[in-house]
Order: sequence, then structure tokens, then C-alpha cells
Amino acid sequence: MSILIYAESENRKLKKTAFEVASYAFAIGKKMDMDVAAVTINADSPESLGDYGVKKVLNIQNDKLNTFNVENYAEVISKAAKEVNAGIIVVSQSANAKYLAPLLSINLEAGYASNVVELPHTEDGFQVKRNVFTNKAFGMAEISTDIKIIGLSTNAFGVHDNNVNAEVSDFNPELPSTDLKVESVDKNTDKVSIADAEIVVSAGRGLKGPENWGMIEDLANVLGAATACSKPVSDMGWRSHGEHVGQTGKPVASNLYIAIGISGAIQHLAGINASKTKVVINTDEEAPFFKAADYGIVGDAFEVVPQLIEKLKDFKASNA
Amino acid sequence: MKILVCISHVPDTTSKINFTDNDTTFDTNGVQFVIGPNDEFGLTRAMWFKEKQGASIDVVTVGEKDAEPTMRKTLAIGADKAIRVDAKPADAFQVAKEIADVAKNGNYDLIIAGRESIDYNGGMVPGMVAKLLGMNFINTCVSLEIEGDKATAVREIDGGKETLSCSLPLVIGGQKGLVEEKDLRIPNMRGIMMARKKPLEVKAPVAEESRVEFKKFSKPAPKGEVKLVDADNIDELINLLHNEAKAI
Repeated sequence: MSILIYAESENRKLKKTAFEVASYAFAIGKKMDMDVAAVTINADSPESLGDYGVKKVLNIQNDKLNTFNVENYAEVISKAAKEVNAGIIVVSQSANAKYLAPLLSINLEAGYASNVVELPHTEDGFQVKRNVFTNKAFGMAEISTDIKIIGLSTNAFGVHDNNVNAEVSDFNPELPSTDLKVESVDKNTDKVSIADAEIVVSAGRGLKGPENWGMIEDLANVLGAATACSKPVSDMGWRSHGEHVGQTGKPVASNLYIAIGISGAIQHLAGINASKTKVVINTDEEAPFFKAADYGIVGDAFEVVPQLIEKLKDFKASNA
Repeated sequence: MKILVCISHVPDTTSKINFTDNDTTFDTNGVQFVIGPNDEFGLTRAMWFKEKQGASIDVVTVGEKDAEPTMRKTLAIGADKAIRVDAKPADAFQVAKEIADVAKNGNYDLIIAGRESIDYNGGMVPGMVAKLLGMNFINTCVSLEIEGDKATAVREIDGGKETLSCSLPLVIGGQKGLVEEKDLRIPNMRGIMMARKKPLEVKAPVAEESRVEFKKFSKPAPKGEVKLVDADNIDELINLLHNEAKAI
């Protein structure tokens, strides 16, 4: 038995989450005495997964898989799992991984736990700790099937070097027939997505209007961050729905979350609570966000943010 | 068109989350239950199909009798029939199995579920239902149009959107965007009166199978006090973020 990871790539480049998932799987392997195999789809340099503990890579190169079609991807990953006799499968919690994992679990008759935040506990059955109630609590979940699927929450484990020699072999499973078709993809490729971002800069109604988002974009640019917004802002149409973070929006699990002019409604806080460090900038010192944040500035965003941008530029220049 | 909308019966978003029985069970004491927000967007889109294109709407909930007021609310909003599978939800697989069994004999063209429930956040029921039934599946769906037996949908992806097409039958994992927040419906008196006469069937569960079971719950450790930095001392914030939090 081995552990299989689905190592995601984008535009042929392996994603950081692929390395995180590999690092996590290696740590499980060490604990349970299992080797880690990976499946990659149209990725360059699959051997680099060895740096994070992967011993074997099933390298799929197939032009028909250039766009993500869930039926095809779930099928080839299921076949990879059978190929390496996988007892444990680890995927990230990207939008695509969340889309395919339930299909995988039915294909493989595997129990699947999503939003997992630490290594499995194996003393009393196979148990994983996962986020529940939108980050307001944790649950220890026991997976009782022979094959187990773990969805690892982004940034929960981190990337760790484990120098192993990865043996790469070509893998060409047949694709299923499906009439599900991806017609077009509209993706802002120069901007980092909220799901992949280390840092997220988020703003709320305190900004008074969509015309004031220039400084939020500037701050995000200096930090290499994604931009996000609160629910009222997206409901009023100031920013697109895709930027709405919170309970009914996108979840955020970044290393740093900067909230500007967001009061901190319970639904918003729940959605961003998995972020490691939280900073709030708000004029109202009574804003609930101050209770959830690590660092706070009571002040006017229109004064604080431009200063912060300039100071960060200096900081970046001297730490480059 | 026949539509099945899967409704989760979940704690209101502002609920305090506590556990009882030695931290093994969610404490429902004083908790208000509502239609899952992601499901509500789906139900509202289903109502749009019913009114504009002609469709019948069944709703299904896997849950015990206490879920019935939530189901009545969906009938008051405009669903035609409610089906409660009389089982305590144990995990996503069991729930998906029960929904698939309801759907198997229902000849539904479209099954709408929320992308995730806001209690256990598994995000797997819609995909599992689709795979169990061998139907097409589109997750994190923010727009859906049906013409004849063809569906066109927009899916939210990381950093953008994607447009997909497929034939019916189709299962979607829906969310905000399917309809706008302002288009969500509050049941009116007439709807509430009519809902009393609409059928709410109770169906026996087919199997009690679960694969992933919660053993214990815990809450995050209480957070320390926020460190306040003076608005004139931005350097200090950068210093803390760099040296203490190691976040930049």
C-alpha cells in the first residue's frame, strides 16, 4: 500500500499546494511506513516532487487534459490510485480538488474527509482533525474505509524539504466518455487568486465606494497579495462576487489577512478565521474585528493605507 | 422539467457553536435552524425555472422530525412537494446515498444542492449524488441556464470563472450568484397557508452506512488580545508583521 497525492499544476507548473500536499503525505508515510506516489497531469519537471518526499511519479501528458474536466480528472486519478495500490489519497482544497474528490470517493469506495488541518492520528482508528462550522470548531473524524481520502486545508501543514529521488514514469490511462464540456475559461492570470494567495488584502464598506479601491489594489500589489471584499461590498456590486470572502463566499486560509474598513460580522470572521495572522484597520475601535485580529490600527483607512503602501515599498526595497 | 432541490437544515449563521455529551455532539440548545444558505440560492433559482420555464420542484432533506419546519418553509417559498428521509445525518456518504435513492425513481432533470452545508462544511454531497446516479456534475455553480435538455453553467474557479455545457440530467453544487441575495424570497402569508396543504412525505432510509464519523469536537483556543499599533507608527506594524508574525 502507498499514499497517492494529486499534485496540481497550472500552465504546466506545479503549484505550491502540490508541494504542501507532498510534504504532508511524506510525514504520514514516515508515521505509517508507506511510500508516497504522485500523479501529475500535464506538468513540467514532475521529478521536482522528490524534493518534498515523493518516490514515484505517474506522469500523465495528454492534450485532452489541458482544460480541467472533472469527469476526466476524477477518472485518471482513480486509475492512478489503483495503479499504485493507494491506501491513502491526499488532495489539496483548491476549487478543482474540491470538485473532483467526491467523485473519487465514490469511484474508490473511499471515505473522504475535507478541510483537514493536521496529520492523522492513528492510535485509535484512523482519525483526522478537520475544520467544521465554518472555522468556529474542529471535529475529529474517523475514516473507516480501506481507502481514505484526505483534503488538506491550504497552508495548514506548510512545505517541507525531504530530499528523495523521484522515479518518473509515463502513465496513459484511457479517458471516459462525457458530454460535459468546458466552453471557456475566464481567469485573471496576472493576479494571484484568493485560494493560492499567501497574503489577502480585503476591504469593506468603510471604503465608501468602489472608486476608492485603487489603494487596496496598490497595497495588494506591493505585497503580492490577492484582493478580497466583504459581503455587503459584493452585494452592492462594488466588487465582483468572486472577491467575496466569508461564510457564503470564498474561504480564506492565508498566512496574512489584512481587513480594511470591515467591521467583522460573525459570518465574515468565520470565513477568514483559518488565516494565520490577521490585521484590522478600522476607525471604529468597537468593531468586532478587533476581537478576532492579532494586530490592529484604530484609524482612517484613507490615511493609514497610503502610508502603509509607502512604508512597505521601503521595507521591500531594503529587504529585497 | 422536474427539479429536486436538496435542503440542509443547519444552524443559523450567527449561532453560538457549543458541544455536549463530552464534546461528542453539537449542542442544539437555543440554536435557530434555517435552510442552508447555499441551498437557498439554489431553491430560488429553481423557483425562477418554475415561473419562467415551467418546472415542478421537489425538495429533499435527510433529517429527523425537527427538520420539518425548515422543509415547510421551502414549501412556503414555492416548492411543490417535500420528502424527508427519516434518518439522522451521519456523514456525507450516507446523506448522498439517501438522496440518490430518492432521485433514482423521481426522473429528475435537474438536482440542485448547495456547494456545502454551513455546519460540517464537507462539500461532498452534490458530487457524490451525481456519481452515484451517473449524472453530470457542476460544482460551485454561479449561473445556470437550461434550454431543452441542454444546460449552460458558470463555475467559480480559483481566480476566475469557467463556462461549461452538458446535457441533462445534471447535478449542481450551487452558491450565491445563482441568484442575487436581494432575490431571495421571504415566505408570505399566502405561501405559508398553501404550504400547510402541500405534501410532506416521510420516507424510510435505505441503509445506515457511513464512512467518516465524528468522534469528538473542540473549539479553537481563545485568542490573545489584539496588539494595537498607533496610526502614526506604521513602522511598528511592519516590524511586528516581519519579526514577530513572520508574515511578510
